[in-house]
Amino acid sequence: MFETTSMGPLLLSIRLATTTTLVLLIIATPLAWWLAHTTSRWKPGIQATVALPIVLPPTVIGFYLLIVLGPYGTIGRWWVEVTGDALTFSFTGLVIASCIYSLPFAVQPLQVAFQSLDRRDVEAARTLGASPLDAFFSVAAPLSAHGFLNAIVLSFAHTLGEFGVVLMVGGNIPGETRVISIAIYDHVESLDYAAAHQMSALLLAFAFVVLLSMFVINRRLSRR
Amino acid sequence: MVFRRHRSPNLILAAVLLLPVLAASQERVTVAVASNFARTATEIAARFTARTGHQTHIIAASTGKLYAQIINGAPYDVLLAADAERPRLLEEAGLGVAGTRFAYAFGTLVLWSRDPAVATVGCREQLLHLGKKHLAIANPETAPYGVAAREFLLDAGLWEQVRPRLVLGENILQTLQFVASGNASLGLIAQSQTGIPALPSPTCEWVVPTRTYSPLEQQAILLQRAADKKAASAFLNYLRGPAGREQIAGHGYLLPD
Repeated sequence: MFETTSMGPLLLSIRLATTTTLVLLIIATPLAWWLAHTTSRWKPGIQATVALPIVLPPTVIGFYLLIVLGPYGTIGRWWVEVTGDALTFSFTGLVIASCIYSLPFAVQPLQVAFQSLDRRDVEAARTLGASPLDAFFSVAAPLSAHGFLNAIVLSFAHTLGEFGVVLMVGGNIPGETRVISIAIYDHVESLDYAAAHQMSALLLAFAFVVLLSMFVINRRLSRR
Repeated sequence: MVFRRHRSPNLILAAVLLLPVLAASQERVTVAVASNFARTATEIAARFTARTGHQTHIIAASTGKLYAQIINGAPYDVLLAADAERPRLLEEAGLGVAGTRFAYAFGTLVLWSRDPAVATVGCREQLLHLGKKHLAIANPETAPYGVAAREFLLDAGLWEQVRPRLVLGENILQTLQFVASGNASLGLIAQSQTGIPALPSPTCEWVVPTRTYSPLEQQAILLQRAADKKAASAFLNYLRGPAGREQIAGHGYLLPD
């Protein structure tokens, strides 16, 4: 009755991972830059908060999100008032969940890259009259290319492999929240091992290609 | 850190010596139970233990998951499934003891809501005008209650209409959680769940007519590893006996004849 082809859930997973990665780049870049250079006494607290999703089981994140994003939650209620639709069980809700879940995987590689920058390069650009933003995009960002690459691939891959959080806040809606990991789980549960094999193999091959490309590009970058 | 010894050595010695004696007369039954029946099974097991002295150990999960665990060698004595198919498959595969299979309960569906907006309209009416509200059902691909929910919706001619607003719980417990947390406005849940103490008070509750869906027959079976375990057979006999039946009916299930 529901969509049974393998491609639908895989494409949805890719769409979710791509959207999440783009949003994360916008959020994580300034955050990582700040973390790399600040001497604020809040730094350890912020760092610990950012790293939380690595430690917490997806059920904890999913549970809190279900409450906060639900129609009786603070954010969820506001969302319903503005858009008329619930945030849980929606693609937008999954993007928010994934951004929280994958945040450390975007911030940490960027922070490491920014920390290893030679400050004099950026300062030289500034003394030559570049605005801070200009100096960042024309000097700091290219020098941190491998940091960006790692952040992109890790956020993408981590979101692609997401399961627990989606299981809790997704609601298993075809084309909206039924991502490939959920679809595989359903097939295993209903003893349809053939479909589970097909989807798993597809995901395995795709994940390998993504990671392989990262390592190939990384090697080229480090040789430069 | 230093631990001080408080307990008397004699007491521990007595306990150690008594342990094998106790174990011989009072066995421990491991009961694998479908999630919808877990609460009922826990209560039945408590009375069974009080009456017979046999300890019980309840493992709750979806029938599909328990089935997969059993065919992979999980150490369960008894399976209380949410359907009739999985016990039959186990019997055919020789993993369940032939002839021990019986229906212990029939589940019933309830349309339930805690959404204040539904209070004046009523559950059944609201189903016709879902708008942007969600209807939670168990996944028909994996859960028997999901199959029943789909059959009812097809019977009512509402399936195509509500489909875009459906959210699927992995099992009937998650379905309840979706609607009890208010994330879904309406839900088709098991009647046995409406008695859960922590549940918020409903704004409407409508028992789905049983003629609109195939009977939710729940079967039990004695598993092969417990073929000679007296306590396991005793548990199944207690379940189908008058005391067990009374408890099952008290939890919102229909009884087999």
